[in-house]
Amino acid sequence: MFGRMNRRYDTVVVGGGPAGMGAALGALDAGAGKVLVLERDGEAGGILNQCIHAGFGLQYFREELTGPEYAERFLAQVIDRDIDVMPSSYVTGLAVDSEGTKQVRVLNERAGLASIEAASVVLAMGCRERTRGSIRIPGTRPAGVLTAGLAQKLVNQKGYLPGKRVAILGSGDIGLIMARRLTLEGAEVVGVFELMPYSNGLNRNVVQCLDDYDIPMHLSTTVVEIHGRDRLEAITVAPVDAHLQPQLDKARKVPCDTLLLSIGLIPDNELARQIGIQLDPVTGGPVVSSTLETSLPGVFACGNVLHVHDVVDYVTAESLRAGGFAGEWSREIRRPKDSIQLVPGNNVRYCVPHTLSPDREHTVFMRVKQRVEPARLRVGGLMEKTLRFVIPAEMISLKIQPEMLDRFHGDRLTIDIDPA
Amino acid sequence: MRDATTCDVAIIGGGIVGCMIARELSRYRLKVVLVEKEAEVGFGTTKTNSGIIHPGHHTTLDTLKGRLVVKGNQLYDTLQAELGFGFRRIGELVVARTEEEVGVLREMEELAHQKGVPVEMWDQARLRREEPNLSRELIAALFAPTAGVINPYELAFATIESAVLNGVELWVDALVTAIDPVDGGLRVTTRDGELTAHTVVNAAGVFSDRVAAMVGADTFRILPRKGEEYMLDGRLKGLVRRLVFPVPNKVSKGTLIIPTYDGTIMVGPTAIDTDDRHDVSTSPEGARQIFDLVRGLCPSISERDTISEFAGLRAASDTGDFIIGRTAVPGFYNAAGIQSPGLTAAPAIALYLIQQMGEDGLALVEKERWEPQVEHPVRFAQRSVEEQRALVEADPAHGRVVCRCELVTEAEVRAAIAHGARTVDGVKFRTRTGMGRCQGGFCTTRVMELLQEELDIPFHSLTKRGGGSWMVTPMGEEA
Ligand SMILES: Cc1cc2nc3c(=O)[nH]c(=O)nc-3n(C[C@H](O)[C@H](O)[C@H](O)COP(=O)(O)OP(=O)(O)OC[C@H]3O[C@@H](n4cnc5c(N)ncnc54)[C@H](O)[C@@H]3O)c2cc1C
Ligand SMILES: Cc1cc2nc3c(=O)[nH]c(=O)nc-3n(C[C@H](O)[C@H](O)[C@H](O)COP(=O)(O)OP(=O)(O)OC[C@H]3O[C@@H](n4cnc5c(N)ncnc54)[C@H](O)[C@@H]3O)c2cc1C
Repeated sequence: MFGRMNRRYDTVVVGGGPAGMGAALGALDAGAGKVLVLERDGEAGGILNQCIHAGFGLQYFREELTGPEYAERFLAQVIDRDIDVMPSSYVTGLAVDSEGTKQVRVLNERAGLASIEAASVVLAMGCRERTRGSIRIPGTRPAGVLTAGLAQKLVNQKGYLPGKRVAILGSGDIGLIMARRLTLEGAEVVGVFELMPYSNGLNRNVVQCLDDYDIPMHLSTTVVEIHGRDRLEAITVAPVDAHLQPQLDKARKVPCDTLLLSIGLIPDNELARQIGIQLDPVTGGPVVSSTLETSLPGVFACGNVLHVHDVVDYVTAESLRAGGFAGEWSREIRRPKDSIQLVPGNNVRYCVPHTLSPDREHTVFMRVKQRVEPARLRVGGLMEKTLRFVIPAEMISLKIQPEMLDRFHGDRLTIDIDPA
Repeated sequence: MRDATTCDVAIIGGGIVGCMIARELSRYRLKVVLVEKEAEVGFGTTKTNSGIIHPGHHTTLDTLKGRLVVKGNQLYDTLQAELGFGFRRIGELVVARTEEEVGVLREMEELAHQKGVPVEMWDQARLRREEPNLSRELIAALFAPTAGVINPYELAFATIESAVLNGVELWVDALVTAIDPVDGGLRVTTRDGELTAHTVVNAAGVFSDRVAAMVGADTFRILPRKGEEYMLDGRLKGLVRRLVFPVPNKVSKGTLIIPTYDGTIMVGPTAIDTDDRHDVSTSPEGARQIFDLVRGLCPSISERDTISEFAGLRAASDTGDFIIGRTAVPGFYNAAGIQSPGLTAAPAIALYLIQQMGEDGLALVEKERWEPQVEHPVRFAQRSVEEQRALVEADPAHGRVVCRCELVTEAEVRAAIAHGARTVDGVKFRTRTGMGRCQGGFCTTRVMELLQEELDIPFHSLTKRGGGSWMVTPMGEEA
């Protein structure tokens, strides 16, 4: 690939997960001539490569695929349409020259440290998992405390169990999926412990991965201490009060040799941070306009690096759009500047994008802070919608029509989600 | 099990003290064996400390540690040139909040002059200019430019590598269980075989009183004192550029802000007595103590920035000082009770002890050739773009990134294994894989694959740090 590598592309995509592949296809659809996908791993596919369970593509392909199958379908299109994919290529830096051309610095074993020019860039680096350090569990530091995603990789890609008697902290989807997987592979899963009074995973995962296997979920409970010198020997768990403070008088010790952490994902934004792209402290991703453009002109973002998604179909939809705008940008098509600021109101944790323009239809993704059932969603005084229930774990997708924005004359549009 | 063997000097304990003694002894025509109970050297207190090379003006001259610390500090430039570990003299500030504390700074200044430690008094304006992110309430500081920060585990690895290169034999996974006087010296029984030595050095850290008791030389007791440390997110790099100590008092207990060699900010340690010699757990109280104190020094540091935490045990002795030298048992020497600032003092401890051993008749005849240098590890992430380009050209394995948070390449990991890493932590402490934000979430499997390949052992027999610290278990086995 490198022998005949181009050093100049219309659009360069950083990251070859579903977001990166979607963005590349979107860019091509929008008329970009040469598109390149740079992927750090040995093959494209991203997190999907380790998600060998079914449950992907229900919305996009209307059938239930495994992660690798979903990735494979996209990769086939990408290759079919002559998009260059460069695996084992790690992007180490990004710069913009005085003409606005982007220089993408990439490390590859054959090409060495190369610099690739692009008119537009799409960031699609995905996310990483929160670790023990980020929630500060006191105790010792034995082997056997690991993130659920690492456990998934060990089981699905290496064929080894991370342990035999497993506790899971946090009810994120990866943890739930791993509870089932480890049980099927012969490990004993002693329980899932969740700090909040509700699950952080999708409801279907709670049912299919825990309930069906009689794995208990302990809500409003957390791990307060880790025991064991060489290998994990036990954890101490305790219920928490209304302020999420552990009630140590009710603590109990749970023997186990493995603790999986499924306590959340964080967009992997070092590259964006390095070059000074403005980040949203709530999402952990870049602040973006309605064209999914970051604060750096011509640099776009989508997928888990923009905000953490729960289903890949939304990632695909978002990345096709982001890629489309990046493709347009490379053809020097400039959209008018957004005139409306979106403001997260009552019970709304965040919304993406951060601004809108009245000239076209928008899809806005948002998450709530608290469960409400049923809920009323209001967009300024412009529209109202009743939702059966809303929970923090499930992203809400909302279409906003241009006709509606036509009637709006302010510059700040607030979204509220209150009990109906 | 190894075959029974004899040697001139057996060193028990591969912490920094044992490693330094081994390397110093490797200059001479002696057969030296170092025995360590863990899977690698430096896995005791030597890898769990603040990593400060102290200038030496916090301790008075009437103790051995107060004397050896200054000498130790001075030896570090040569050591670094030879061994290539991470070390930089970033300087230290002791900061005062009240006029009374300024008085204490003046006393320290006086002590520094006595001990020949260069210091400089800074007023508030100077302090604000140099360290703008410290609390506005601080009114003065005593600056000591010779203070440094070090990666202590790199120091231990490089020191033993140099010793081995010069003929020292290293036994790991070799817990010493008995020492008995026999003809021609002392017999040391270990989990990995027996060895008879003319001279035995006890450098067993928090276990040094137990080791001394094996020959009846237990004239002291170790009272372990735990210290917790908290590493903060890389985002805070550069917030503080020098070591920042509050004026020493009962509450501060030596807690400080440490801009580590790699730039990551660390805060700690605490000082809590414990009976449990394995207790390296962190605690909510420890964190509270540290962050309450540190917030007063630098208000923008918060407990929420923690990315990892650990604790270490100081081998404090009941004499309150280092215990170094001959004992009532002929041929048995202590380098025990080496609490803080033992890392700083270690090179001087080795010289001090060996001089005594020479006085007692150990033949210190220099070898014709002694190689002071070891190959310095390549840190890809620290190189310029041009150098990185050249590295990849020379070795494509530098083009394959293993740890993306810290930008560690496959070539670095392979080199670490070639230079002695045998465990996941051994690779981590040599290369920084898994030390970044994701704490090994992405790179652990790759590191394990490389260990498996280079050491040619099954994937499931790899450990985090030796002993019972297994990582994975084969699928399909009875749970
Ligand atoms: C463990 C797990 C289980 C999931 N299970 C389900 C499920 O059951 N059903 C469902 O619908 N969704 C599921 N999801 C969600 C879905 O898979 C993700 O939302 C989706 O993979 C995100 O796509 P992405 O492209 O944004 O990120 P990723 O898939 O993470 O891809 C990012 C890619 O960028 C690469 N990269 C990062 N940095 C660089 C760099 N500097 N240079 C070059 N390349 C770089 C990475 O190597 C990676 O390949 C799951 C997610 C996870 C994490
Ligand atoms: C929190 C903390 C912060 C510190 N900060 C600093 C600082 O900033 N600057 C400074 O100068 N000093 C500092 N120190 C002190 C410094 O870390 C120690 O003085 C130094 O590491 C002691 O080295 P050692 O070789 O004596 O002990 P260790 O590193 O503990 O080595 C002893 C070795 O002996 C082995 N061993 C024990 N028993 C046996 C046996 N029976 N058989 C075989 N092997 C055995 C152990 O496994 C271990 O590897 C700090 C200490 C702590 C705890």
